[in-house]
Amino acid sequence: MNVWVVVTLFLFLVVILLIGMYMGRYVKGPSDFLQEYFLGSRQLGGFILAMSMVATYGSASSFLSGPGTAYEMGLGWVLLASIQVVTGYFTLMILGKKFAIVARKMKAVTMIDFLKTRYQSKWVAIFSAVSIVIFLFSSMAAQWVGGGRLIQSITGMPYISSLFIFTLAALIFVIIGGFRALAMTDMVQGTIMFVGTMILLIGTIIAGGGVPHIIEQMKAIDPSLITPYGPHHQLSSAYVTSFWLLVGIGVVGLPQITVRAMSYKDSRSLHRAIIIGTIVVGVIMLGMHLTGAFARTLIPGVTVGDKIMPLVAMKVLPPWLAGIVLAAPMAAIISTVDALLLLVSSSLIKDITLNYIRPNMKETSIRRLSFTITTIIGIIVFLMAIHPPDLLIWLNLFAFGGLESAFIWPILFGLYWRKGNKYGALASILTGVGLYLIIQLLMDHGIISEPFGLHPVVLPVAVSLVAYILFSLVTDRRIDKEGLLQENQWLS
Amino acid sequence: MNQKRNKRDSRFIVAHREAWIGVGIAAFNFIWWYGFAYGFGSQPISHYHYILGFPAWFFYSCILGFIVVTGLVIVFVKCTFKEIPLEIEEERDEE
Repeated sequence: MNVWVVVTLFLFLVVILLIGMYMGRYVKGPSDFLQEYFLGSRQLGGFILAMSMVATYGSASSFLSGPGTAYEMGLGWVLLASIQVVTGYFTLMILGKKFAIVARKMKAVTMIDFLKTRYQSKWVAIFSAVSIVIFLFSSMAAQWVGGGRLIQSITGMPYISSLFIFTLAALIFVIIGGFRALAMTDMVQGTIMFVGTMILLIGTIIAGGGVPHIIEQMKAIDPSLITPYGPHHQLSSAYVTSFWLLVGIGVVGLPQITVRAMSYKDSRSLHRAIIIGTIVVGVIMLGMHLTGAFARTLIPGVTVGDKIMPLVAMKVLPPWLAGIVLAAPMAAIISTVDALLLLVSSSLIKDITLNYIRPNMKETSIRRLSFTITTIIGIIVFLMAIHPPDLLIWLNLFAFGGLESAFIWPILFGLYWRKGNKYGALASILTGVGLYLIIQLLMDHGIISEPFGLHPVVLPVAVSLVAYILFSLVTDRRIDKEGLLQENQWLS
Repeated sequence: MNQKRNKRDSRFIVAHREAWIGVGIAAFNFIWWYGFAYGFGSQPISHYHYILGFPAWFFYSCILGFIVVTGLVIVFVKCTFKEIPLEIEEERDEE
């Protein structure tokens, strides 16, 4: 497209790479390799924690498909996106200090470490690890496709070469630096996302002739664009409200987010992260989607939603500035991909291999295995992204809801309800994931429509809540409480 | 032993209270968001009034709502959240 855009993007990748290499030296230090590589030795400060949460959470959808839908639906979709402000404070406040304290006591490195120790159950750990690997692998691959396409659309190179560049950029610094390097690069990427959003929104408002004028124009195109309901009343209040579960409070159940809630240094970091995270998430989500909705008046007739944001950036900004702004979705994709990559490899290494296959592995072998597995996963994803299989695309669409249905109750009750036990957790995971996939499958084949007009995640989460409580209460007597308390003194 | 247990409990009391504050803010956020969006937004478009160019429902629900909630988060974190140590202290106590 434009040389300046490409140059800015390239510079951005180089900066990220340098940070990754710089932070990589910590991994070689004498500290506990697992704690350092997968958790950054629990040393994240407030600003880094906040940016890391935001960058992990904000993905291709926040910058590409989200604004694209807002373009079509108008302010109703921005209303829906604004729910995500909740994630800025809710997850960190709810898991909060208790999760951090308990995770430290358990020396937990992954979310599954926590579940395994809390419930003293092999099956809880195995089912959790399998759900994480399946869902996150698919969502990673889909982001990978998004990253390749974005580079392709900006540089004009063939898809495969673009994908290859993306793979190199994504892989190198995860492998070198681990969690800490990721968090550091997340900080840069989160900042770029934040600044890019502001620039683009302001540029769009100016180009559109001010907010009152833009709203008038939207009303002239279709009056429903400025109502909460969207064209043809597609967005019912019940449907939009049910997104509070999917993208609001349910985020507590996403492993890529919870792992960050055990990685911070001290109380003060948590406090700062809550405040910064709320502001940054709010600005990015509101700003990006509002830009998408406003773009309807600037560039009419776009049919591919994902192209809206790049088109607007090229139209309303000077090229070099457009390059910086377009680095934002790139940053969002890379940071999400890398967080997922690290999480999948930690599940395979820590949760499966070290727990059940070869518990006595030496530190040097763990180190080698971690690098190898991370690389192999990266290469497999690259190969799959060349011709993404349908199953993968399908699973990716449901990764968020699937993981939330599986984990929200085992985590929350595990942390806050003494009587919650392994039977409850297992029942909750199985009914949550199972029911969610069944509903999605039936909806896909047009057999049912959204249950009660709500997002399909609502029913499984409700049923798995009942399953958790019921099974925990019924099986209460069968639990070896002495053994459980011995491993979980904090429960007493 | 007793002392150790008290100490642990006191950290959890702080943590539990802060988690409840999170629930409270989210509940408030939800009511504000829903009330303004569908309270004002469900009127016929001809009755809409506009603030800074935005339809009133959108301005109150999304823009002002974001500012108010952020303000609440800042006030609660600064005024009620306590700084407590997160590290393990058992090794020392167990002797």
